[in-house]
Amino acid sequence: MSYRLQVSIMALILAVAGLSIAWYKAQYLGIPLLPHEKRSVYNVGAKINFEGTGKPATISMALPVYQDGIRILSEESSSDDFGFTIANTQNGKRAEWSRRSVEGETNLYYALDVIIDEHYSMTKPEVDEFDQRKERFSDYSDSLAKAVDTLLEDVRLHSADAHSFTAQLIKEFRSKNPSQTVKMLLSKNNDTKLTLFYRLLRYEEITVRKIRGIYLEDGRRNQDLTSLLEVHDGERWQLFDLEQGKIPKAENFFIWQRGGVSMLDVIGGKGSSITFSVSEHRVPAGQIAEHESMIKQAALMDFSLFSLPTSQQNAFKHILLVPMGALVVVFLRILIGIKTSGTFMPILIAMAFMQTSLVVGLIMFVVIVGMGLVIRSYLSHLDLLLVARISAVVIVVIAIMSLMSIISYKLGINEALTITFFPMIILAWTIERMSILWEEEGPGEVFMQGTGSLVVATLAYFAMSNVIVAHLTFNFPELLLVLLGIIIVLGRYSGYRLSELFRFKSMA
Amino acid sequence: MFFGLIANPFKLKKQGVMGMNRRNVKFISRVNSRRNFPLVDDKLKTKLIAQKADIAVPVLLDTIRYQAELRDLHGRLEKHAKFVIKPAQGSGGRGILVIVNRDGDHFIKPNGDYLELDDIHRHISNILSGLYSLGGKYDVAMVEELVEFDPVFDRYSYEGVPDVRVVMYKGFPAMAMLRCSTKESDGKANLHQGAVGVGIDIATGKALNAVQHDSPVARHPDTKFGFSELQVPHWDKILPLAASCFEITDLGYLGVDIVLDKNRGPLILELNARPGLAIQIANAEGSLPRFDLIDKQEAGLSVEKRVAFSIKNFARLEIKKEPPLDSVSESPE
Repeated sequence: MSYRLQVSIMALILAVAGLSIAWYKAQYLGIPLLPHEKRSVYNVGAKINFEGTGKPATISMALPVYQDGIRILSEESSSDDFGFTIANTQNGKRAEWSRRSVEGETNLYYALDVIIDEHYSMTKPEVDEFDQRKERFSDYSDSLAKAVDTLLEDVRLHSADAHSFTAQLIKEFRSKNPSQTVKMLLSKNNDTKLTLFYRLLRYEEITVRKIRGIYLEDGRRNQDLTSLLEVHDGERWQLFDLEQGKIPKAENFFIWQRGGVSMLDVIGGKGSSITFSVSEHRVPAGQIAEHESMIKQAALMDFSLFSLPTSQQNAFKHILLVPMGALVVVFLRILIGIKTSGTFMPILIAMAFMQTSLVVGLIMFVVIVGMGLVIRSYLSHLDLLLVARISAVVIVVIAIMSLMSIISYKLGINEALTITFFPMIILAWTIERMSILWEEEGPGEVFMQGTGSLVVATLAYFAMSNVIVAHLTFNFPELLLVLLGIIIVLGRYSGYRLSELFRFKSMA
Repeated sequence: MFFGLIANPFKLKKQGVMGMNRRNVKFISRVNSRRNFPLVDDKLKTKLIAQKADIAVPVLLDTIRYQAELRDLHGRLEKHAKFVIKPAQGSGGRGILVIVNRDGDHFIKPNGDYLELDDIHRHISNILSGLYSLGGKYDVAMVEELVEFDPVFDRYSYEGVPDVRVVMYKGFPAMAMLRCSTKESDGKANLHQGAVGVGIDIATGKALNAVQHDSPVARHPDTKFGFSELQVPHWDKILPLAASCFEITDLGYLGVDIVLDKNRGPLILELNARPGLAIQIANAEGSLPRFDLIDKQEAGLSVEKRVAFSIKNFARLEIKKEPPLDSVSESPE
């Protein structure tokens, strides 16, 4: 296999690997591709109100469990003097408050932060854990039972499966001119409408369960939970509203309680009620991605930079920008052919610019190097050995930096204080190299290489200080693989540099 | 293209002009083995292996390796009136100090400047501490005999050191140019410092075309002599001398710098494992077609056969008249 092919394949593999990991993280782990992307976090609050009777009180509330498409970020309860536990009972997860003695009207609060996340799903619970008992209408009169049979027979004729059966049945009940049977069923007040439907569907041996929940919409206050039916057709669950029929898109319906378990049990209190409210907050998507529950969920995130302490995270925010600067240098040297003083010196200068801001940084660089060159030209008369001379230049650079800081601070130019971010050793070497260049090739070449270095540093600065670049490199460090691929391909580029087209102008 | 400001890359490619990236990726990294680089990057090593192979080089008068040796600098330089001091690992002509005469305790540079012994002391000290070497490594200073330049080039050179650069590919002389120093280049023969490059016909040693700063010139900017009459003497000796450097270095892509001594004839001044691209501009011809032709030849030919091949196939006048011959087997010995 030729080297050329190897290089192409390698670069391609790196790029594909980097892009697919990034795509997966963006698509499934909800890490935003753009820095200011925001997502809605819904705060769902339950407020329990009851009157204490002075006796020991135990309050037990059903808690929402796992739901496809809606992710619970955090839960908290506020319950001043109550003991609080979350219990996993046979009736599901429940919040339990208890206190030795409760007097007067008392409020308990429970709140969850949830987000709508279409990719969030776990293995489905088995269908058969739900009520599979045969339903009988023993409480109905014979004639009514017969009429119900006829009604269901009719609905069955107009439907194909469990879902369409349910939809058709709801339609029958909502008809402007309901049939006699429907009127009779509705007039029998033994059951709520929900239970009536439940029984009818169970009579047809359709897998169905009662659902109580709330729509995630901002500004819902003191509301009761909405009751819906969820019908399984052998493949998937479908929500039905008794007033509207089938709910095609129920992604913002947050299910609090499933099945026939009681919502709220209050022992040692009276007049209990429970109300719910929903409020929406727009939160930077990055914050959600960094959320603990998200990190734990994916092994990929557990090994990401988010798992590091914050100070290290901040360090990496800078480190991960270096490859971007390197790409700019590679591009400018291989494709354009700009001469710089020292291959990667411009990146370090660009890093300093990130701290000082561009214009201030450029001015400081020119001043330091300019003053350094003057002093270095005197040092060259002293016949110093190289290492000693460079060390002397380092000290001179530090002196210049301190002096500039003090003078500009006294003058009230606070920007100059950031001068400490310049890499002194690199500056000293730059001064040394330029001074030799000056002696050997003249000031023209010094100007050329100095300008070239600053142009490269400025472009690297723009590449590195770009908000989107900073966001992508930190949140998607696997994109480094893509950069690596690009740099490998550029490393095999054997065509002309732009500068050579000027150079060879006499030839073509 | 674009009002003559820049070249059309497609035309350049068609002419086989080699760019810096192609040189680095396709030539230097492919035919020049890293481990052979020290042989040419260190001029002292080059000189020693050349002397061993009986290849003509300027005489080495002295080597200074340690700062301590500088204490006796006066005594060491006493017997030499004219000499050249150069760093063994310098590049691009950096750090070379030429002394053409002495006046008592003073040393005279080619441009007439007087230097004290202290100046030379400092210069050598800089060399030793690595000022001129790549990466600032400690270096060795070489003191060489000053080449008595053949006056034949006096008309084409200002204050300096004209030399012949032959670019060798796999031991075949592929292209040649004469590098003439100018006032601007400060007596140095480096084209990027402003020296004039004169393309030389491989077959005859005659001037083809001259450039300064990558633009064609007809006359030397200082001496005002036209280059069209220029003929490099001893051309029949220069090509075999250059070609024999392939055997001692085993570098496939090699620049050989040759000077003409009045008495000794052509001498190898130094070798370069990364010869530049300007030779193409000086020859007004891309070097890739020649390299391609050489690539088609069998390896292991003798110096004489390689030189004969180059003379036959790279002769400029004949190339213009008839299509190039493409095999060495057809060429007479």
